[in-house]
Formats: sequence, C-alpha cells, structure tokens
Amino acid sequence: MLSFFSLALLTATLRSAAPLIFAAMGGLLSERSGITNIALEGFMLMGAFAAVAGTWFFNSPMVGLVVAILVGAVGGLVFAFWTVTLKADQIVAGTAIVLLGLGLTSFLTEQIWGQAGSSPPVERLPTIGLGMNVLLPVAFMLVPLTHWFLFKTKSGLRVLACGEKPEAAQAVGIDVARYRYAMVIVSGLLAAVGGAYLSIGDLSQFTTNITAGRGFIALAAVIFGNWMPWATMGAALLFGFAQALRFHVQALDLPIPQDLIIALPYLLTLIAITGLLRQSTPPAGLGRHPSSG
Amino acid sequence: MTAQDGNVVAPAVEMRGIVKRFPGVVANNGIKFAVRRGEIHALLGENGAGKSTLMNILFGLYHPDEGEIRVNGQRVRFESARDAVLAGLAMVHQHFMLIPRFTVTENVILGSEGAGIVLDREAAGKRVAELADQYGFDVDPHAVVGALPVGMQQRVEILRALYQGGKTLILDEPTALLTPQEVDELYGVLTRLRESGDTIIFITHKLREVAAISDRVTVIHRGRTVGTRQTDETTASQLAEMMVGRAVSLRVDRPPAHPGEPVLVAEDLHLEGSQGHAALNGVDLELRRGEILGICGVEGNGQAELIEVLSGLRRPQRGRVLLKDQDVTATGPNPRRRLGLSYIPEDRHGRGLVLPFSLTENVLLGNAEEAPFSSGGRIDYPRSRTLTERLMRAFDVRAPTPDTPAGALSGGNQQKLIIARELHREPDALLAVQPTRGLDVGAIEFVHKQLVAERDKGRGVLLISFDLDEVMDVSDRILVLSEGRIVGNFLSGTVTRTELGLLMGGRGLDEHAPAAD
Amino acid sequence: MSTLPLPTERGVTSVWRRITGALPTVVSSLLAVAIALLAGGVVLALSGANPVPAFQALFAGAFGGRRELAETLVMATPLILGGLAFAVAARAGMFNIGIEGQMVVGGLCAGLAAAWDPGLPIFVHLPLAVLVGMIAGGMWGFIPGFLKAQTGAHEVITTIMLNYLAYRISTVVIGQENLPLVNPALQATQPAVDNATLPRLIEGTRLHGGILIALAAVVIIWFLLYRTVFGFKIRTVGLSAGAAAFAGIPWGRTIALAMLLSGLLAGLGGTADALGLQGRYYNITLGIGFTSIAVGLVGRNTPFGVVLAGLLFGALASGATKMQNTAGISRDIVYVLLGFVILSVSALAVAQQFRQAKRLAARARGATRDRAAHDAGDPLLEPPPPPRAI
Repeated sequence: MLSFFSLALLTATLRSAAPLIFAAMGGLLSERSGITNIALEGFMLMGAFAAVAGTWFFNSPMVGLVVAILVGAVGGLVFAFWTVTLKADQIVAGTAIVLLGLGLTSFLTEQIWGQAGSSPPVERLPTIGLGMNVLLPVAFMLVPLTHWFLFKTKSGLRVLACGEKPEAAQAVGIDVARYRYAMVIVSGLLAAVGGAYLSIGDLSQFTTNITAGRGFIALAAVIFGNWMPWATMGAALLFGFAQALRFHVQALDLPIPQDLIIALPYLLTLIAITGLLRQSTPPAGLGRHPSSG
Repeated sequence: MTAQDGNVVAPAVEMRGIVKRFPGVVANNGIKFAVRRGEIHALLGENGAGKSTLMNILFGLYHPDEGEIRVNGQRVRFESARDAVLAGLAMVHQHFMLIPRFTVTENVILGSEGAGIVLDREAAGKRVAELADQYGFDVDPHAVVGALPVGMQQRVEILRALYQGGKTLILDEPTALLTPQEVDELYGVLTRLRESGDTIIFITHKLREVAAISDRVTVIHRGRTVGTRQTDETTASQLAEMMVGRAVSLRVDRPPAHPGEPVLVAEDLHLEGSQGHAALNGVDLELRRGEILGICGVEGNGQAELIEVLSGLRRPQRGRVLLKDQDVTATGPNPRRRLGLSYIPEDRHGRGLVLPFSLTENVLLGNAEEAPFSSGGRIDYPRSRTLTERLMRAFDVRAPTPDTPAGALSGGNQQKLIIARELHREPDALLAVQPTRGLDVGAIEFVHKQLVAERDKGRGVLLISFDLDEVMDVSDRILVLSEGRIVGNFLSGTVTRTELGLLMGGRGLDEHAPAAD
Repeated sequence: MSTLPLPTERGVTSVWRRITGALPTVVSSLLAVAIALLAGGVVLALSGANPVPAFQALFAGAFGGRRELAETLVMATPLILGGLAFAVAARAGMFNIGIEGQMVVGGLCAGLAAAWDPGLPIFVHLPLAVLVGMIAGGMWGFIPGFLKAQTGAHEVITTIMLNYLAYRISTVVIGQENLPLVNPALQATQPAVDNATLPRLIEGTRLHGGILIALAAVVIIWFLLYRTVFGFKIRTVGLSAGAAAFAGIPWGRTIALAMLLSGLLAGLGGTADALGLQGRYYNITLGIGFTSIAVGLVGRNTPFGVVLAGLLFGALASGATKMQNTAGISRDIVYVLLGFVILSVSALAVAQQFRQAKRLAARARGATRDRAAHDAGDPLLEPPPPPRAI
C-alpha cells in the first residue's frame, strides 16, 4: 500500500513537473540570450488551446501537437519582434502576451465551441503507462539537450555571450538580434508544447486559464535553478511535487484544507524567488540591448 | 599620387570626406584620415571631438552619411563589425568588450569559432596558447577573464584581435585604466606588433602618449580634421593648439595653499568589497581647510568604496569618519550634507542627476527636505524654481528655463548644474570625484577654477580622479590609493609621475626606483 | 561671462504649454487604442464574427444613453483606482501586476466588514468598512515591496504569486461553513448592511459613490506625487536609484511605501466594487486588476491620464456586456483588446521616447552655444539599474 502510494506520488510529481520543464527550458534559453521572458504563461495558454483546437479539427492529437508548436513559434516571433526589434519593455510586452493568451483562448473557446469556460473533450496523446503520456520523457530529455547546446556547442557560446554582454557579442560581429530571435521563438515553441501537454496530454480538453500560473512558476524555476538546466529541472521537480501533493493529501490524511495545498506551489515559488534559500546570478546582460557605440 | 617612385603602397586605411550626423549634432564633418601600413598612427582629439564616432564608422558600427572608406586600397562598405573583421580590422575597446564570466579562450574565439557545431575547448585553448606564445603574452587560456588584472584583460583583447586575423588594430583610449607601468608594457606590445608588420591606430586625448608611441598623428577638432603630422617633427604645444583650436595653458593657475585645521578625517577605514576584491584596508586621511587634497590611483583600488564611506552611502566595517570633529560614521548623506559636506559624484547621469527631471527638480536632490525648498513635507516649487534660476545665472548653466529636463543639457552644463547645487550650500568640505570626466577643455577649466576658488575660501576639497595629470595639476597634496590602502602622501611638486605610478601599481618606491627614468 | 536671458513661464502660458506638451502623449495613447481596436476587429473577423455590428453594439453599450453612460462610469470606478495604483507603483519603478490580488483581498475584507452588523451608524460603519478594505489591499501590496527591498525578489513574480494566493485565501474564507459572514453556496460574503453600502448617486442606474472616491483619490495622488517631498522621493527612486542614494533617499523604504500606497488604492478599488456595485463581495475572478495595468500604461502613469484611460476602458467594459448580449460575441474579446493595447503602447512608448530624446537634444542645442560634450551616441535617458533580474 505504502509503496504503491509512493509510486503514485512519484509519477504524479513527474507528470506535474514535465510541463514546467518544457516552459522552463524555453524560458532558460530566452533569458540566457538576454530576453526576460514573463510571456511563457501566454505561450503555454496558446499552446494548450491550439493543441485542442488542432486535435478537434483534424481528429488527431499529433496534428494538434504540431499546431501547438506552430502557434507557440508564432507567439515567440511576435514577442521577439517586440522585444528585440522594437526594443519594447520586456515586462510590459510580456504582460501583453499573457493577456493575449488569456483573452484569445477564452474568446475563441466560446466562439468555436459556443460554450464559455471549456472545450468539448478531444482525443489525448498516446500514453506510455502509469498515466504518463509520450511527451513526458521528451521533457526530461530536453534538459541534457539544453545543457549540451548551451555549454558544448559554438552556437551555445554565442547565445551565452548575447546574454552576458550583448555589446561584446556585437563587437565580435555576432548578430545579437538573430540569436535572441531564435531563442525567444524556441521559448514560445517549448512553452506551447508544455501547454499542449496539459490540454491533450494530462487532460483531454481546454479550460479557461488551464495553466493557472504555470508559466510564471516555470520562470521562477529558472531563477531558482540559477539559469542552469539541471538545477532548473530540480526546481521544476520541487514545484511539481508541491502540485502533486494536492491529489494525495486525502490519501495522506493530512489535517490541512485542500485549498491551501493548492496554494503550496505559489507559496513555494514566492519563497524561492526571494533568494532566501539560494543566491542566484542571472546573465549579466539580461534585459539589456547592445548600445550602438 | 604622393609617391613619385611608382612604388605606390595603398594605405592600410583611408577615410575621405566622412560625414556623420546625429540628431542636432554633426559628429564628423568631412574627416580625412589615412594610415600607412606598418605604422603606429595616433588619432588625437579632445573628448567629443568625434574620434569614437569616426572609429565606430570605420569598424562598421555606424554608417557614414557621406564619404568613402578604403582598406588596402579597396573601397569598402561595412554593414557590421563582422565585415570589418573580415577585412582585417580589429578593435580594442576602451571599456573592454570581454565577457567576465567566460574564460580567456572563450573570449578569444567568440565570433570566430570556425566551422562545425561542437565546441572543442581543449583544441581552441591550445591554439590560443600558441598565439599568445608567438607574441610573448603570458596568459593562461583557461583563466576566467573577470578574475584577471586590467592590464592582462587588455592583452586578451589584443590577442583576440590577432586571433580574428586583425592586421590593423584600432585601440580606443587604451591607457585609460592602466598604471603608468602597465602603459609601458602596452607600448612594448605595440612596438612588437609594428615590427611584425601590423598597423595600429591609437586613439587618445593625451599628448604625452602621442609623443611616446606614435609614428604619425592626425588631430581632429569638432568633427573636422585639423591635420596630420610626423610625430617627431612636431611639438606638444603645437599639437595642443591643433587639438583645442586655440593656444591653451596646460597649467592650472593657483596661488600657494594655506592649509588650516582638519575638516574631514577618516580613521582606519575597513570595508569588504562586493566581490571580495579591492575593498578598504585601513584608510587614514585628513583633509584640511584651504587645501586641495588629491587622491590618485588606478580604478578599482577602493576609490568607489572610499567615496561611498565618506559621503555616507555605506558604513565601514571598522574605523570612523569625522566631519568638523563630529563622528558621522553612522549617519547617511543628508545629515552630513547639513553638517557641511558637499559631494560632486563621479557619475553625472547615474548619480548626480535625474535626467528626465527638470533643472529645478534636480536642484531639489538632496535639498528637498529643507527650507526654503520645502516646509511641512510640501515642496515650494515656485521658490525652488526662482532659486534654480539664480543658480543658473551664477554658474552660467545654459538652458532655456529651469523647467528644461536635465537630460537636454550638454555634459558641461550638467556638471555646472551639479556644482551649482553643491556649492550653493557653502560646504566646509567638498568631495569632488572625477569632476571633469567627459568634459571639453572649456568646461574643465571652469571646474578646476571652481575647485581652487573653494579652496581659497578656506574650504577643504578632496579630489578623487583616475586621471593622474589632473591630480598632479590641481592638488596641493597627493595621496596614492592602492589595494584599499593609502600608500603614499606627498606635497605637490615633491613627487614625480614615475614615483606615483609605481605606488599606484602596488610596488614600493625602493624596489623599482633605479629602473625608472 | 554673459548670461542668456531666461524666459519665465507663468500663468496661462504655463498651463497652455503643459496642455500642448501633453498632446503627443494623448495622441499616441489614442493611437494605441485605435490600433488595438483594429487588431481586435481582425481577430473578430477571423473568428467568423462581423466586426462592424460588434463594435456598434460595443459603442451603443458604452455611450448609447443615460443608463449606458452611468454604466461606463460604474465600470470606470475600480479601473481608475486600479490604474492609479499601477501608476503610483510605476512612478517608484515597480511593475505591480498584483493589483488583482490586492483588489481581491481588499474586496474580501471590506465585504466581511460590511456584512458584519453591530448596528453602527453609516458615517462610522461605511468609512470603517472602506478603511478595512484599503488597509487589507495595502498590506497585500506592501508584501512584494518589502520583499523587493529586503531580498531583491522581483515584484513581477512575487505579485503574480500573491494574486494566486489571494484567490486561494478568498476561496478558503468564503467556503467556511461555520462563518456567519459568508455564504458558501453563493461563493460570496453575506450582503453588506445598508449602513456599510456606498450610496447610489442616480436612481435607476447602478452609479454609486465609488466614482467620487476615485476622483478624490486622483486629486490626492496628484498632489502627493507632484507637490510633496514624499512624492518627489517616489519619483526620484523610480527614475534613478543612484540619484536617490545620492540624495539620501532610502530606496527600499520608498519602494515599500509606494507599494503600500499602490495596494491601498487597489484595495479601495476592490472595496468600491464590493460595497458600491455588488452590495457584497463575490469570490470570482474580476480581471479588473489586469485591466488596471492597461489603464496605467495608456494613461502614461499620470493621475489625470489614468482618469481618461479609466473612462475609456470603462466604456469598453460596459460596451462589451452589451456586445455579448446583442451581438452574441464573447466579452472575453476585451482581454484580447487589452493585450493589443498594451502591445501597441509598449511599441509606441519606445518610439516616443526616442523622438523626445531627439527633441530635447535639439532644443538644448538651440539654447546653448556649446556642443554636447559627449559623443552623440550616448543615450539621453538611462533607465535605473535593476536590482535583480527575473
């Protein structure tokens, strides 16, 4: 009984952490290239919605996933255009993307399916047992991949340079804007996959505000993980565990109201972000543009 | 054209009729500039003359509005720094374009990593080490750049320039952050580079450097070329005249000082630095009324911390600060201000002014809580405005109205506003940090005159500057700050540049005295 | 040395100057809204709806008559207060996304205080309930300010987390079966007693006294920001942390107090909605907090700009209800419009800043003979250093 419970809690933790990892790896790449990314939440929402819409229209969750990826990439492109080309305030533009994600998805849900709040059920992505879907291992494979890309490849070195000191990267002829575009688009795409994981992986429908702040929690994981892929995964697992507890609080028979357990990840994020648990060093050029001259 | 023997060698770099306009300013107005292959060519001009703009154009960071550029005789049009690098140009920036968290190797190869996807740090490190050996640079390719001394970081920049295949190196004010001894080492490096056939463009506003290192010199003034000279056929005063457009006295006119009782005293100040380096390590100093006490030293040897402790922005971990015999160690900037300490900060834009604020609001900085600027928590704007108007007149701050944003003023006028604000309080002690940084000659003269005038009114002036010439020219007494410690205390005129330089570099006088000139 | 004549600006000229000086800002804010409406129209068209009748319904719902105008004012009330909350924080350099949570906490506490009935007279009970709501919102705003001052924790993440925590706390409190002040079945507090309800201003409409509170708050905040030492400190800290330190202004305490003030205003917004419009506090996502961000941004974080922007978004909100009812289009399109508005504002702000820098430079050079001493590439307007990145 106890072992079964532990296994259930473990898989629940992995399942809760996986979408966070998708978004967090995207956020990590974007921030490492120097673009502060609070838009993750918006990308996740758009991805979650697009996946369901794609699945509903084409009757295939795999097509739904592809649609989510495309929508996420386009969202990333818009955010990159605003923050890199127009040099708009990254927080303000990010807020706009979050609101657009929230607004577009709930508006379109009602327009397409004629009901406020949620879509009709659609087919889910294939599972690999224990309630885990095919995207879950992908999330965990992303972590070494991100690490390898940033720290072992030439392009990774350039991305890091753009994030540390954009004017230095520019001075050696690196096209800072190009690398930042690429990373922001990838962040949109990955966060959208994280959203799709929620809507057609874990659930089988879209509901308004399905992400419930996971995009922000993913960003907090990046900060808590000190902008390092493995540590970020660790932070995501911690937040995932806090989420998973919610489903096991009754089994555990804890004398805490479930509503408060739901609040645990938020509270944990709040504490983590204060740096009281751990000091962090962000990329030195985060949020800065190369000054021309 | 000029060469009669038919053996025409195209100049390494030739710029003709370069015009670059910025909104409201013509930074370059028809500049002509040619550099021969294998020479060290100084580009001389005062701050704001257009040197940096010109070099940024040459390096592809700006596009000229008019004019043409030739490299080795080929007409070029650079879209970015990348194109300039491919044409064999390389820039060594004044503020190093290095990434502190990267290693030497990573910094050197960045942007020229070669083909392939995977980065082989070992192989790259070997290549960098070989190149370093070739030029006699003693650098560890795996050291993290942020931990290296400044002179070494500069060598990493030069190494990178060479690694990128640079044949023509542009050095932008390369001595700004170096001790005189490190400057000598740099000259050695540059001479070796010239011997191996490389061309060097040396940007500077210091006449001494032109004479010390260059073969030829081109002087620019207010965006125009004044002329090009063979260095050994010209004199410092000729060049100075060309540089500022009129004959200048390079001396600061001041009668002898009559120091009185101490007004600002620091005793045994200790402070841990933010990154653990260059904190204060037992600083003692005594500023007297009626003297200008200069503190020289290389940037990053505790100046920032000393200023913060003296002005009340930070508390020392040990030691105390006395202002007019009162212990003010534990008080913030405003109580010290009220007691008679004024402070001209080093960073006009970041600390001295709020650029979007009006001049009136800027005068309120540090004064807002006091009569006549406010009473009962309410600011008296009409009165503050009138006072600002009066200060503008008294200190010749040129702006349309006190409602003009400070950001719209020229650097000189911004500094005048700060000085007006600080001096109107009639302080007993004045803390002046890099007060002439980035100003043109006229404004520098103005600032120095104000400092001397304050001194002659019986006030104590503490001048902290990274410009050794300024400290030597203006001060009555000179302290040397090195590694968070006062390592020398001299009356002005009793010490040479070399002696100060040795102390600034952390070496004792007796160790090296014979080797110096 | 010669002194240039210094023209003085007083009286009418000064006022006129100020109005004409603000014009480009107003125009660009309106442009942002126009672009957003256009983009929203495209979204409507793409989703298969006809944007023309949709916008007609929107307009009619906002301005179509006495009742609609009153409704616009009703919707504008919490938005003006929320926009003011955003503006105050922004002036101190803080991006307060937590207005939503501050409104929730404020509305909840005010709702509880108003549902409690000890038989106090209206001039005691009503101010008391309003004060409770304000203080609760203020405390919720103070937390992220305090955390940033103490630990450097970026307010964007902390305020968002505090929003979710506020919802949770509200849900837990409202769900208490044994608390007589709440009605779990309705997901609300018990109705506010008459002596703790904001009086109705015009019979036959829902317009209540909250709008007067909001307008009074605008004047008070204007005075505070632009005429007092405290306001000067807030603005200095927001523009330059370095200059603030130089002037002896404690950065941490100032941003924490600014966030407290911001939270007070947001709490007041939540309170006005609960005690004026609903007559009780409902535990539902309001979304007003997020709209407030747009109000602040479009109003350029100036008190009077916020009034105009608040009215505009109030009109949008009241019109959207009509649009949903008559044209059958989800009122969530408002959020889409908000997103577009913020996007266009952020793009236009950059363009305007650039032009402003240019204009300032040109004007200064017209008045002063000597040239800019720095090379022309230097940025004129530098942002304050961020204490910690996110």
